Amino acid sequence: MALTRALSRTLHITALGIATLVIATVSAVPAYSDTSDKRIALSNNYAGNAWRQEMLSAWRTQTSRAVKIGTVAAADAFTIGENRPTDQAAQIQNLILQGYDAIVIDAASTTALNGAVQEACDAGVVVVSFDGIVTAPCAWKVVNDFRQWGREEVEYMAKRFPEGANLLEVRGLPGTFVDDDLHQGIVDELKKHPQLHLVSSVEGDWAQDVTQQAVAGVLPSLPKIDGVLNQGGEAYGAAQAFRASDRKMPVIILSNAQDELAWWAQQDRDNGYQSISISNAPGIATVAFWVAQQILDGKEVPKRLTVPLLHIRQQDLDSVLAKTPKGSVADQIFSQADVEKLIAAARDKAVQRSQEASQ
Amino acid sequence: MNKQLAINKRLAMKKRWVSPRILLPLVSFSVLLIATFALQERAMSYLGLNLLFNLTVPIALATIGQLLVIMVNDIDLSVGAFVSLVACIAATVLVQHPWLGCLILAALVLAYAVIGALIHKLRLPAIVVTLGMSFIWDGLALLILPAPGGTAPTWLRALMTVKPPLVPMAVAAAVLIGLASHLLIIRSGIGTVLRGLGGNVRSVTRAGWNDTLLFALAYGLAGLFGVLAGLTLVGLYTSAGANVASSYTLLTIAGVILGGGEFVGGKVSPIGAVLGALTLSLAGSLLAFMHLSPDWQIGAQGAVLIAVLAARLLFNRHGASSNAIAQEATA
Repeated sequence: MALTRALSRTLHITALGIATLVIATVSAVPAYSDTSDKRIALSNNYAGNAWRQEMLSAWRTQTSRAVKIGTVAAADAFTIGENRPTDQAAQIQNLILQGYDAIVIDAASTTALNGAVQEACDAGVVVVSFDGIVTAPCAWKVVNDFRQWGREEVEYMAKRFPEGANLLEVRGLPGTFVDDDLHQGIVDELKKHPQLHLVSSVEGDWAQDVTQQAVAGVLPSLPKIDGVLNQGGEAYGAAQAFRASDRKMPVIILSNAQDELAWWAQQDRDNGYQSISISNAPGIATVAFWVAQQILDGKEVPKRLTVPLLHIRQQDLDSVLAKTPKGSVADQIFSQADVEKLIAAARDKAVQRSQEASQ
Repeated sequence: MNKQLAINKRLAMKKRWVSPRILLPLVSFSVLLIATFALQERAMSYLGLNLLFNLTVPIALATIGQLLVIMVNDIDLSVGAFVSLVACIAATVLVQHPWLGCLILAALVLAYAVIGALIHKLRLPAIVVTLGMSFIWDGLALLILPAPGGTAPTWLRALMTVKPPLVPMAVAAAVLIGLASHLLIIRSGIGTVLRGLGGNVRSVTRAGWNDTLLFALAYGLAGLFGVLAGLTLVGLYTSAGANVASSYTLLTIAGVILGGGEFVGGKVSPIGAVLGALTLSLAGSLLAFMHLSPDWQIGAQGAVLIAVLAARLLFNRHGASSNAIAQEATA
């Protein structure tokens, strides 16, 4: 009797030991966790223009596939009624309460959501901001390089006008970091090309009508204009203003809006008009989605990730235009593989930078 | 005789028990809270309650400010702009030069008192004066902070993220605001006199009070609560902007009315108003948990407001008829 008890006890202890061993090995396996039970939410502050509509539709197409094949359990999009940071902060707090594992944010304010974002991070929720980013240090930031955009515009002008040219700059919504960065890129690059002269700068608010009015207002006082630099969404308005005057149509840098691309194609057919199109693809939302998924999967992702700008070349114009619905914007959707590549590249760059710093 | 005694007793009991003015906000708040808990059990925790209500703290404070103005038969359409201005000052001047910041905030409270005195002295319509002032506050806020930004003073941030034992900050703050304003407005002597202004100014002046000073006091207190609202707002959101609190004007009026206050007669309930503010934001969360599109949320909040007001009308009718019974019995 005593023997059996002792035996059973030993067995018990052994079993326990094995169990501990098994647990130990399991937890020693490198961080690979399945995200099929994870839920991701999109908190969006505004849906009132073509870019945002395309962004939401890009999110829907990419995430519905991911949900269907079981990569994630849910990827719901929520847009607040009015573009107010107070409303979005309340929305984010509600999303935390609803138990989402990650919240992807296009923010109404870079700073005013930091309180709510901090609450999310404290509750163990992964926060990824894109386009309109938040400054809270615990959040990941998926951004376009707007300075690069400004530099590329000037580079193109330098190539088109090696003998020198007069340029007009149309700026975006004042006070936004996008406007500041793009303008800074232009200013930086112009220093390298003294033959280019920035003769005037107007405020277009990223809107066709505002731009048309602003450019038409300033044109009579200006010398001959060879090129127009802008921030996307203003090119068509600027072109209208030039057409209304009897000036020669300058080289206007275009963006991805369908009406601009259609105008460009028409000009090309009529008189061989040459330009380039640079823009930030609304598909950046899909990058943010996959970044959130990768973080939930236990992957190491740099806190700041730069997404390449969308370029449309003259030769691709017709094919892009055919794919872009009227009133919408041309887009580039990012798949999981694309984003993994982006992350790997950013990680390598970070490692390189830290090595350089240590040397 | 016996019958009359019984009725009197019943009425007296009713009086001693919670008055309908506070009962209705309490009921509507409880109904929404239970529905929220049923839909989202995560809300039923320390962390959950805080997430549910912490953003309501500044709204509750601003609602008490609005209540003080409604109490003297006026209405304040500048609350939203004023709270935004205070937030802008708190996120900039108060961080860089704390003393100057405090001085400016004190001056703002004084300005509110002066406006109250002027409105009364010159017999100006408060609705027009406060609407005009809202543009002035808005302009000042833009001067101080042209683009949204700034940072919260560390002490404010610490205060709004404090984690007290047992009760989360949001609940503790709501209870504190409710009790403090109840003591100030309902229980204190001066509060009773101020409520008298809304009831009958003439009788208050005949009792020997300086009515202009009393109006200044009511508006000054409203300004003080507006300042507190702006400070807590910055502590929560960590930054400010010229229209960060633009929605507060309508929210506070709705909160006061939802909380059992009336536009005339000095009939207000501070605890009810705090409950009203909590109810409004709870309605927003509840609708979000029901996966209702935000496009519908503002309308749905309005529907909640109308439903509660309709219920109050029924209560009042009922109250009036039971009073009639009592009178009949005495006769």
